[in-house]
Amino acid sequence: MIRSTHWPLLVTIATFVLAYTLCAYQYPAMLSTRVLANLLTDNAFLGIAAVGMTFVILSGGIDLSVGSVIAFTGVFLAVILRDTSIHPLFAFVLVLVITVSFGASMGAMIHYLEMPPFIVTLAGMFLARGAAYVLSTDSVPITHEFYDTLQSLYWKAPSGGRFRLTGIIMLLTFAAAVVVAHRTRFGQNIYAIGGGLSTARLMGVPLARTTIGIYATSGGLAGLAGIVFSLYTSAGYSLATVGVELDAIAAVVIGGTLLTGGSGFVAGTFFGILIMGLIQTFIVFDGTLSSWWTKIVIGGLLFGFILLQKGLTWATTLRKKPATEFAAQS
Amino acid sequence: MASDLSPVLECRGISKFFPGAIALDAVDLALYPGEVHALLGENGAGKSTLIKCLTGAYRRDGGSIILENEEISPQSTQDSQKFGIGTVYQEVNLLPNMTVAENLFLGRQPTRRGLISQKRMLEMSRELLAEFGLSIDPSEPLSTYSVAIQQVVAIARAVELSGKVLILDEPTASLDRDEVELLFSVIEKLKARGLAIVFITHFLDQVFEISDRATVLRNGRLIGTRTLANTTQTEIITLMLGRQLEDRIQDRAPAETGDTLLEIRNLGRRGMIEPFDLTIRKGEVVGLAGLLGSGRTETANLIFGAVQADQGEVLLEGQKIALRSPREAVSQRFAMCPEDRKSDGIVGDLSVRENIVLALQARQGWFRPLPKSKVNELAEAYVKALDIRLASLDMPIRLLSGGNQQKALLARWLATNPSFLILDEPTRGIDVGAHAEIIALIERLREDGMALLVASSELEELVAYSNRVIVLRDRQQVSELKGDEITTTNIVRAIADDPLAEAV
Repeated sequence: MIRSTHWPLLVTIATFVLAYTLCAYQYPAMLSTRVLANLLTDNAFLGIAAVGMTFVILSGGIDLSVGSVIAFTGVFLAVILRDTSIHPLFAFVLVLVITVSFGASMGAMIHYLEMPPFIVTLAGMFLARGAAYVLSTDSVPITHEFYDTLQSLYWKAPSGGRFRLTGIIMLLTFAAAVVVAHRTRFGQNIYAIGGGLSTARLMGVPLARTTIGIYATSGGLAGLAGIVFSLYTSAGYSLATVGVELDAIAAVVIGGTLLTGGSGFVAGTFFGILIMGLIQTFIVFDGTLSSWWTKIVIGGLLFGFILLQKGLTWATTLRKKPATEFAAQS
Repeated sequence: MASDLSPVLECRGISKFFPGAIALDAVDLALYPGEVHALLGENGAGKSTLIKCLTGAYRRDGGSIILENEEISPQSTQDSQKFGIGTVYQEVNLLPNMTVAENLFLGRQPTRRGLISQKRMLEMSRELLAEFGLSIDPSEPLSTYSVAIQQVVAIARAVELSGKVLILDEPTASLDRDEVELLFSVIEKLKARGLAIVFITHFLDQVFEISDRATVLRNGRLIGTRTLANTTQTEIITLMLGRQLEDRIQDRAPAETGDTLLEIRNLGRRGMIEPFDLTIRKGEVVGLAGLLGSGRTETANLIFGAVQADQGEVLLEGQKIALRSPREAVSQRFAMCPEDRKSDGIVGDLSVRENIVLALQARQGWFRPLPKSKVNELAEAYVKALDIRLASLDMPIRLLSGGNQQKALLARWLATNPSFLILDEPTRGIDVGAHAEIIALIERLREDGMALLVASSELEELVAYSNRVIVLRDRQQVSELKGDEITTTNIVRAIADDPLAEAV
């Protein structure tokens, strides 16, 4: 029998398959590898950020700073590559160090000061956005041959789809995150904290280390998302990626993760991202619809998934297994 | 039980002081390997304080804890676990969102090349659970299993982590009979493995069923330790309630009372209280006696609609009425003073005046405010009638003493002019003077023709004002005492006697 915890994930996958079938029925061209490749490339930065968000939400928290951190990363890279002669790879390492420690310090505040993650990361959101403005208020183009090399890296599928480096990075991030979530103690501790903070403490989960680790991961992945975004746009702009954290949260919830924490899958978030990208692609194909329809459909989907989650929680509490049945077996 | 062995854990003269109170006064406790040791006492006796000192949740103010001839001072639950003392609470302290296996092995998962091996973890879980006589699928989330199974999983984890002393704090409180059997079979297995088990419960039957010895605490003091094979329930109850249980002839109101006010037929709720019948007349006080957890409070809550019954009916003066919520009960002129004043009764920051008129105003509806003069008149009248001592009607009620708070709560309900008043532990935690006044008030209300249902653990008090006493045990009405039968001895006997034992 399929486990009740797997239901939201299955519903997400089924939604994706159904939506893709409907799209392909109307526009058979959407079945091409080109569309698939673009789906990955266009949503790479959002997907990477959503992985971090999945960890945060699994632990029962929230990270509102993601969009700002992506914008800061882009501006930081653009400015440092414009004003200095350091190699982009070194700049990447530098910016990842900054974003990881930024996330870690938010995690530390949340744990040691016992502040709600909402407020701490809201402050982080303003800080990162402000720092981006301080670096530059204009859009700074990135012109570096290394960037051109990275951008030209792709694997061409037989029917013409170009799977670019950024999409591959997202896939690798998801793969790594699945292993971390289910096969490491850190991952299990995240689920434990999401299940109940005080219980997790009683059961010996290292709260400080785990909480700081969660937000550091989210910060670092936002930094990685920022690098990918700068590769995608070849520029850094302090006004970019406003509200991306909300898109990431939406992808996580559509992916079947409970907003209250403790239940969900990284793989679900992947399909959440694909569903959101698919809606966008459909609107592009249609050509007559306003792009705001994306938001409306995502809003509708969110409502649907919230109702589904409520329904599942309700259903599981109804069919608790009686103890006597097992006493008889033993 | 082997007395020639040395104890695995010994507490000597454990004391714990709270500001203004002695929670534990030089309590001794010795636990031998392979014994189940019941820790007994009414609320506030110091059971949980003692456990918290043992498990490091509290720091003790005096005495020593000796584990296998070595003195220990656990600083935290974690710490005591490392020493070998595991605890399982009534509300299971595991993670419902994670699987049974993950709960068992959280923090010590088997790994292969740095990664958790789910397969091995599931295998080990199955083996571990099999030792406890449980064959369940450990890859299912814990929340899909009943509380009893969760308890056993919690015990398995605790035993794996500690393995010398296991403390079970009211593990059976929310289990039904079959589930208790399951738990007891697990306890028997652990006993055979040589663990020392501390068993805390309010169900005396269960104590006699599973335990070897019992230690009774009262008001933070050690009253005595008994080997249960050589003692009776009556003796244990006498130790717990701690009264010189001599019979006293009370001059109480005659048994004949007014017309039937309330007739309850077969009212009950699964897992909470067995269906019962109860008739209450005008001008009658019906007492509810029984140990804590016997169903006193549950009965009161059910009749007041605070908890919905799932069967039975209630007739008020011959008319069938619905009691789905306290609101409906209040509209039938019912009133109830709950057991826990602080959380269920007073609104601490509101003034005494507002607290007194609260129920009356609620019944009137908030859109028809009581005129200010009426409010003042009512409040002043009740303050005077009940002799509530306060500096001003405007002071927040939380500043009053326990007895005066209780009187203000009574005033709140009396202001609604009820025909039926339920009092749950009306004299808990109040001083002797206020105690006598509340008893006098109950008697006065009875003479005025009100019907009262009073649940109390103070037997002498029940004897003093009740026309009838209903005795509860294990969530069942077991006996009804009338007139001259109402004596403390008879009540204790009714609480202790096992009706099943008579039938066999």
